Amino acid sequence: MLILIKGREKMNEQVVTELRGIVGNENVSTALTDRITHSYDATQGRHLPDAVVHAGTAAEVSRVMRLANRQGIPVLPRGAGSGFTGGTLPVRGGIVLVLTRMDRILEIDCENLVAEVEPGVVTAELQRQVERLGLFYPPDPASKEFCTLGGNVAECAGGPRCVKYGVTRDYILGLEVVTPEGDIIRTGGRTLKNVVGYDLTRLFVGSEGTLGIVTRIMLRLLPKPEAKKTMLVQFETIEGAAQSVAAIIAARIIPTTLEFLDAATIDCIRGASGIPLATDCRAILIIEVDGDAAVLDSQVERILAVIRPHGILQTRIAVTAQESEAIWQVRRIVSPSLRKVAPDKFNEDIVVPRSRVPDMIHALERISVQHGVPIVNFGHAGDGNIHVNIMVDLKIDGMPEKVERILDEVFSTVIELKGSISGEHGIGTSKARFLSRELDPLTISCMRRIKAALDPNNVLNPGKIFGDLVPAPQEEPMATKP
Amino acid sequence: MSWNKSLNDFETVIRECVKCGVCQAHCPVYREKRREGTVARGKIALAAALLDGGVGLEEQLQHDMSMCLLCGSCVTFCPNKVPTHEIVGAVRRRITDNQGLPLIGKGVSAITGSRLLMKTLSKGGALLSPLLFEKIPDSSGLRLRFPAPAMKGRTIPRIAFRNLFDRIPEFIKGRDDKPVIGFFAGCSITYAYPEIGEAMIDILRLRGYSVFLPRKQQCCGIPALSSGNGGLVEELARTNTEAFSKRDVQYIITACASCNSGVGEYYRTLQADLKDFTDKVLDFSVFLQKEGLLTELAAMEKWPERLKVTYHDPCHLKNQGITREPRDLLRAMPNVEFVEMENAGACCGLGGTFSVHHYACSKAIGARKMPGLAKSGASLVATACPGCIMQLQDSINHAGLKVKAVHILDLLASALRQASSSPIMEGTAKRED
Repeated sequence: MLILIKGREKMNEQVVTELRGIVGNENVSTALTDRITHSYDATQGRHLPDAVVHAGTAAEVSRVMRLANRQGIPVLPRGAGSGFTGGTLPVRGGIVLVLTRMDRILEIDCENLVAEVEPGVVTAELQRQVERLGLFYPPDPASKEFCTLGGNVAECAGGPRCVKYGVTRDYILGLEVVTPEGDIIRTGGRTLKNVVGYDLTRLFVGSEGTLGIVTRIMLRLLPKPEAKKTMLVQFETIEGAAQSVAAIIAARIIPTTLEFLDAATIDCIRGASGIPLATDCRAILIIEVDGDAAVLDSQVERILAVIRPHGILQTRIAVTAQESEAIWQVRRIVSPSLRKVAPDKFNEDIVVPRSRVPDMIHALERISVQHGVPIVNFGHAGDGNIHVNIMVDLKIDGMPEKVERILDEVFSTVIELKGSISGEHGIGTSKARFLSRELDPLTISCMRRIKAALDPNNVLNPGKIFGDLVPAPQEEPMATKP
Repeated sequence: MSWNKSLNDFETVIRECVKCGVCQAHCPVYREKRREGTVARGKIALAAALLDGGVGLEEQLQHDMSMCLLCGSCVTFCPNKVPTHEIVGAVRRRITDNQGLPLIGKGVSAITGSRLLMKTLSKGGALLSPLLFEKIPDSSGLRLRFPAPAMKGRTIPRIAFRNLFDRIPEFIKGRDDKPVIGFFAGCSITYAYPEIGEAMIDILRLRGYSVFLPRKQQCCGIPALSSGNGGLVEELARTNTEAFSKRDVQYIITACASCNSGVGEYYRTLQADLKDFTDKVLDFSVFLQKEGLLTELAAMEKWPERLKVTYHDPCHLKNQGITREPRDLLRAMPNVEFVEMENAGACCGLGGTFSVHHYACSKAIGARKMPGLAKSGASLVATACPGCIMQLQDSINHAGLKVKAVHILDLLASALRQASSSPIMEGTAKRED
């Protein structure tokens, strides 16, 4: 259902005229159709904006931001709208500022291993372009075929490969950013080393579009690994899988990916996977290593040797690209298969220290049994990032409240295990009410002061991360005032 | 009750869209436009709002709904398999029911709805042809230009002087031990590319089948479906199923991917019992493989001078999972050296009536295929849909490539005719009646 903010009038005609002057008629719309198609993201939230603007340059973004700041109108930067925590939802109406027109790869510098791009470039598109030149951009969120690099920077996207290669923040050298007051600033640069002034680059990466709008990105590239090798290992127990992860790391091997599927997940995909799964298989690890072709075979042998004592049922090593694809297919069918369990899913992306993964999985099993609600877990065992899927039917009476209690218990356990409530999705609106679980009041206060300093009128993506802690400047957006 | 489903019939599946955004990676129109209203997720949100009464059939909504090729790529990759192409079809029918047909939709409906008119127009030649095609000077004689401003610069095929029905009798008797095969030709093959139809029938005859080409068959209904004319789709479905019921056919073969999707896939969604017809619908490539043609082709001696041929996947076959069979045929042919091209599975951009309304976008989608085609080094791009042939040739001409778009059957027929000691037709069929 659309949540219509009652009593709000149409966006001031004068503002709309000014917006048209900045980006051109065809790039501003107040049509209900366009407002509806920009009212959602990959969460189930729905909030209508007042206007949709497609900006084409940093200068345009800057002028839109100045206008909005002057008028006190909320601005929501948006790329592919594929976020999981409501980062682009216009919870207080305002302008959805879409950046997909800014989709140029400006430069791929093969000598310095740097790429310069606009925020609307699709992640996988950049990867394809650099790989043609023998280079590599590692961050690989599951949505890489459609999410944008601007969104990746805003959320500090991760992905399976971050066990070995790290997350988005590890590849951002510099940014051009439009501040909430409309200034165009530049952070970092194109060199690996740079300690001039504060590290604003890291401040903006992961700021969820609340501190500034990224209009240009300088990315660090790596040489493309020569080859990779994929294997799928079936275990008798989740402990066996977890101990194997520990053993691999202890053997000083960092695989590219170390993905795991728990027993609940395996039950979902049984019969649907192209690779036969043993009846008593209770955990799966998908291990991939990359590097020089000459060393991969011995690396695989070493891995197999160290995991051998941990209750392995079956091991499959891909030789051809096709066989590797068949292994990844097992991982990919997980999400579609979840629907068989229940119609509604709450997808959390908790992270715990690698060694605590089995504790966390057992706690989740206990919570699942206690509440009589299936919880399906899979994700990145190598870095402790677990995708926890609470599968429910929200149409059942009292279910929303039950989910709330389950989430509460899940997050409490995460904090006890010295983990974090979000590894890669961000806080947005979905997890704002849990922020104080992880962060103490002084830390939150420090963050809010940064937000207030950069965005004194609270116009850029208001209501996110801190929820309603940061008050709206006024009850009604100023746009409604004459 | 209407045979076509209404928007309300999709209520449940519309709610199954979880707004994940995966469709953005697979929608050819979205890749060009990068606007949410052009992608499946946006259209489903609008369909949901229409059902809730949250929005009316406003101009922008109609525009967004027109920005769909009905290619079904989004459905293939959707984790919940939400049938966006069907939903868009239902919304377009609602728009038409409310406001009548858009101008171009009317033209398409008037022509495809009347076989007599189509026949008359095509006999009149290019100048009087359905969309008032205007002949332009061209050495090949294959290119014509559409005069409407929206289609400026479009190359399209000549309307054949003698259509398929003039060339082939309604029934051809084969061997007694072989069944009767129905051939659903479709408009493009009947009127623009009758030689593809002749090739198909030739192949069937060479293999001893009896062939039934009912005169009463009409358009499959895809253009009408695309322009939101639900009544016409239903009428065409009635006529076509009736036409093929006149003889006991084992299969109803198509050589046009869009027709296959129309008389097969789409008729199956109609709320009427058409199983006697739809169960028999089969694409030619699947049929020929079933009949063991691959072994026969493999046994033939390879030609010394073979043509380098690549393959373009028509959406209407690809999305039914038919990608291997056409390639297997090409690989097995003695006269073909098959090469893959990059983006073979990407849509050509034609999309029913899409290219009439949005030619610039259609052209841009088609242009994306050209670098891969050029890189493949092929001199021919074969496909299994006359619509794709038309669009591919247009894209090739605009890109200035020296490549010709052909139907697999063109190549197959020449291989088989050469192998057969007595070519049966070569376009000079004797009428039985």
